[in-house]
Amino acid sequence: MSYLTLAFSLIFVLIPLILSKTLNLGLEKDTIIATIRSIIQLLAVGYILQFVFDSESSIYIWLMVGLMIVAATQNARKKGTSIQGITWKLVGTFIFVEVLTQSVLIGLGITPPTAQYVIPISGMVIGNSMVLGILFLNRFTAEMDDKRNETELILSLGGTPKQAVQRQLKTSIQASIIPTIESQKTIGLVQLPGMMSGQIIAGADPVQAVLFQLLILFLLLTTAVITSALLGFLSYPTLFNERMQLLEEKIKTDS
Amino acid sequence: MEPKQAIRFDHVDYTIDDTKILKDINHGFNQGEITTLVGPSGAGKTTLIRLCNGLISPTKGRIYIHDQPIDEYNPVDLRKKVGMVMQGVTMLKGTVRENLAIPLKLQDKTLTDEEASRLLDMVGLPASFLDKNSNSLSGGQKQRISIARSLVNRPSVLLLDEITSSLDTVSQQEVESLIKRINEEYKTTIVWITHNLRQALNIGDYSWVMMDGEVIETGKSEFLNQPNDERVKAFVRSEFQ
Repeated sequence: MSYLTLAFSLIFVLIPLILSKTLNLGLEKDTIIATIRSIIQLLAVGYILQFVFDSESSIYIWLMVGLMIVAATQNARKKGTSIQGITWKLVGTFIFVEVLTQSVLIGLGITPPTAQYVIPISGMVIGNSMVLGILFLNRFTAEMDDKRNETELILSLGGTPKQAVQRQLKTSIQASIIPTIESQKTIGLVQLPGMMSGQIIAGADPVQAVLFQLLILFLLLTTAVITSALLGFLSYPTLFNERMQLLEEKIKTDS
Repeated sequence: MEPKQAIRFDHVDYTIDDTKILKDINHGFNQGEITTLVGPSGAGKTTLIRLCNGLISPTKGRIYIHDQPIDEYNPVDLRKKVGMVMQGVTMLKGTVRENLAIPLKLQDKTLTDEEASRLLDMVGLPASFLDKNSNSLSGGQKQRISIARSLVNRPSVLLLDEITSSLDTVSQQEVESLIKRINEEYKTTIVWITHNLRQALNIGDYSWVMMDGEVIETGKSEFLNQPNDERVKAFVRSEFQ
């Protein structure tokens, strides 16, 4: 695809702009900003990737992965500001998920340790982990706020903090994972996944594209469960002190 | 001889965000007796009993439970020894049996049907209630279950926060006689927050009147008929009217 043909695709930006103006939706400014940002960000990534692929140095690969982790942390931490040390808990979770998935993929020879594989797969894994982290933190802080009485009831009956948050943790982990599982159930029936579609458009064998997509799906399932569970078990202790008292100021939901 | 105190406060303050909720509390709850805490809303009564159960800690001063500083207790052991029934009954999803079993489940133990039935009997409910969904119960029934649940740990002190405020008169009297019975049979020390002065007079051996975070007047509950402090007089007058 050339830049000229891409320019034609801006028609698909013009349509929402016109509709927004006509229907008084007030979305023109955001649409323009989103369009410009996506063009700049993706083009920059494209050129950076080209440089990394050409350089054949693994340092650049891990630098890219590090950058992804920093950006994902920056984005997700806003949802968990009430949790002490949330930044490092997120960094730890993303690194754990990345190391685990790449170790399995590279260790078992499923994918080669080259930029072409490591960077896109890491992007999907860390990106998914970020979304899951945000979903989990949103739900968990809301659950803790909502079920304050239940938490204190268990504590007052002689329960430990872990026992007191067990139900809230379980509900939050389930709630954040369900969208991943549900979307996997209908995948291929309702929509073709983006990565697979991209490969097919680029001329890859559809069966090969499906095999890679399945690999990604399984990876994302692991990512989902590990992210929520790890964040949950890292986060809940910060809501209590050493006297097993619920710290009220820590459970106010961010709004 | 001075009666033995189950809980003793030694110049206790509790402050949140520069606001003193409790100021220099320096009294105690007599062992094996029923003490009622009365006073207007915002007087610090709930804060006081949350301190006793270890859900919060004093900002200043010390609390002694059976003559041992509260901070020397393991929080879990403390909360088993000093039970609490909170204001506004909280039931977990599930059956009455599951709710009654919570305190033992927390210790990886199971509640036998026999024990569960005995608890229900104690609070005046038939064993057939065990399999009822806890959310289908009336306010009074839930309150009784929550009292029964707090007894599973066999606490030596039981803290009750406005447990009859949402009940009708008949249910209120039933809960009152239940608490009296628990106090007499098990020698459990009872600390009962109530808005109801009649209740304080009827069942409290002792009463504390609290206002603005301070204990204004204490003594055998009869003093509520003829208090000394002018503020308490005004409060009692307004409550009895």
